[in-house]
Amino acid sequence: MAATVTFEHVTKRYPGSAASRPGAVEDLSIEVPAGKVCVLVGPSGCGKTTSLKMVNRLIEPTSGRILIGGEDIASREVTDLRRSIGYVIQQVGLFPHQTIGENIATVPRLLGWDADRRRERVDALITLVGLDPAVHGDRFPAQLSGGERQRVGVARALAADPPVMLMDEPFGAVDPIVRERLQNEFLRLQADLAKTILFVTHDIDEAIKMGDLVAVMEVGGKLAQFGTPDEILANPASDFVARFVGADRGLKRLALTRVESLDLRPAVTARVGDDSGEARRRIVADPFEFLLLVDAANRPIGWIGQRQVPASGALTESMASAMSPLLDGKTTLKDALAMLIDAEVQVGIVVDGKGAVQGLVTADEITAYGRRDASASGAPGGAMASLR
Amino acid sequence: MIRWDVIQGNLPLIGTKFLEHLALTVVAVVGGLVISGIAVVLIRDRPRIVALVTGFFSIVYTIPSLALLAFLVPLTHLSFATAEIALVGYTLFILTRNLLAGLASVPRDALEAADGMGYGRTRRLWQVEVPLALPLIVAGIRIATVTTIGLVMVTALIGFGGLGQVMLRGYNFRNDTLVLVGFVLTVALGLLADLGLGWLGRAITPWSRARAG
Repeated sequence: MAATVTFEHVTKRYPGSAASRPGAVEDLSIEVPAGKVCVLVGPSGCGKTTSLKMVNRLIEPTSGRILIGGEDIASREVTDLRRSIGYVIQQVGLFPHQTIGENIATVPRLLGWDADRRRERVDALITLVGLDPAVHGDRFPAQLSGGERQRVGVARALAADPPVMLMDEPFGAVDPIVRERLQNEFLRLQADLAKTILFVTHDIDEAIKMGDLVAVMEVGGKLAQFGTPDEILANPASDFVARFVGADRGLKRLALTRVESLDLRPAVTARVGDDSGEARRRIVADPFEFLLLVDAANRPIGWIGQRQVPASGALTESMASAMSPLLDGKTTLKDALAMLIDAEVQVGIVVDGKGAVQGLVTADEITAYGRRDASASGAPGGAMASLR
Repeated sequence: MIRWDVIQGNLPLIGTKFLEHLALTVVAVVGGLVISGIAVVLIRDRPRIVALVTGFFSIVYTIPSLALLAFLVPLTHLSFATAEIALVGYTLFILTRNLLAGLASVPRDALEAADGMGYGRTRRLWQVEVPLALPLIVAGIRIATVTTIGLVMVTALIGFGGLGQVMLRGYNFRNDTLVLVGFVLTVALGLLADLGLGWLGRAITPWSRARAG
């Protein structure tokens, strides 16, 4: 269950001040399709949190309208509207005087669900976010770690199965290791739940990682660019966006794409025991100067230089002199590049789940991908499709 | 010097006056709580009016109790009302200040979460703000109660006073035993109220002692 969220020329000005006052929003028009994650990102004061809070009417726009599922939210009763939208904030905002179970049951309680239905839902949600109802359900928030509290915050927002979720720097208050774990868990959850999510962060890396769509905002509340992470990294719309995404945007694009979405270069292989004369003829004809020795199951053993392949006799394992990194299809291009830079032969061998050779990828091909613009990229359906 | 026969002979009086002391205190604290509660809910979003009202209550608080009674008697005579007006008046400053501090101590993020999830104003007040303000509210009630138990003595001068009456009688009849009984029971009442409310406060806020681990 999800709904499209549409901003139509939404402006928020604060009385007696120029439009550039922190938190102001100027003529924002974006549409977040149902089931997608849209990350609002920008420096502090760019109006990203204001934009978010206008969706559940904690802040009312000066002009323009916001639609959820085609319906103008201004026509909704405000508490009804808020109960139909999941809300997660950086400080989590759990109620310290209520147990974890009671906290998660907040919106169901406001909606008047009976106790049995609430308890069932609470237990399911505690489990969903990776905690144990029997252990954590009756604890108070102060008895949980920061990461556990964040999980409970997400569970509470999901309690009444809202079609839309608003998340304001939801992982900003935890340390980087916990944050990464929470991000990954969240992406896994979202893959099943497919909520429409508006997500605020000031961290461009988080935006690129979490967003199907990214809205980059600049101070003054103006939308600087709206697109997929790959589009924004490949073709920044302005100097501001280019600076904001950082000089390493090529590298960031590599982190978005996995090896499986590249066209692999075929490897010239020969099995142990094969006739070396025949193998030598094939490798001499190839521009790449190394023969890949494999075992009976097509698993790589090592490289043999063109000139080291004997003119006759059988190939043996001892002829292989060097090996290079094994990559699988799920390795990101960034990780692949890092492995290749350290390797003796800067060619990665891509293997399948059983370890059999699928093809080769070179460091040059990866860096060339990072330089290409999005329209030329080989990744079908944008970079996020390859991440999921 | 303690004469047990005096205690025995005055047992009905001592019992009645003890209960009267308790009643005067409870009415004063509950009345003060209702008045300051309503005042705080009405004015808390307007800092200027808050300053004005708490300023007024603090002036009342500084008036010597004898002077206040002397001022009230011509208006409301030697009545229960006179005694309670004075007693309630002294609780207002303490209770108002602690109610405001209690509400101000509610974490902002909990309020934002409550608003964002669709709490109405009234529901937010009773289900989120008041429970979270309880540690400071109960602390205020403790101070107000102990203070009032002491002040009730003074209303003996207008014919009330609970255990104050017992002491006054002992003083008038040069009966040291009665003076001592009044004194000891008042102190005991104060201590019990303090301990009891402290226990109650902890019992209704189990979350405030919850810590990780």
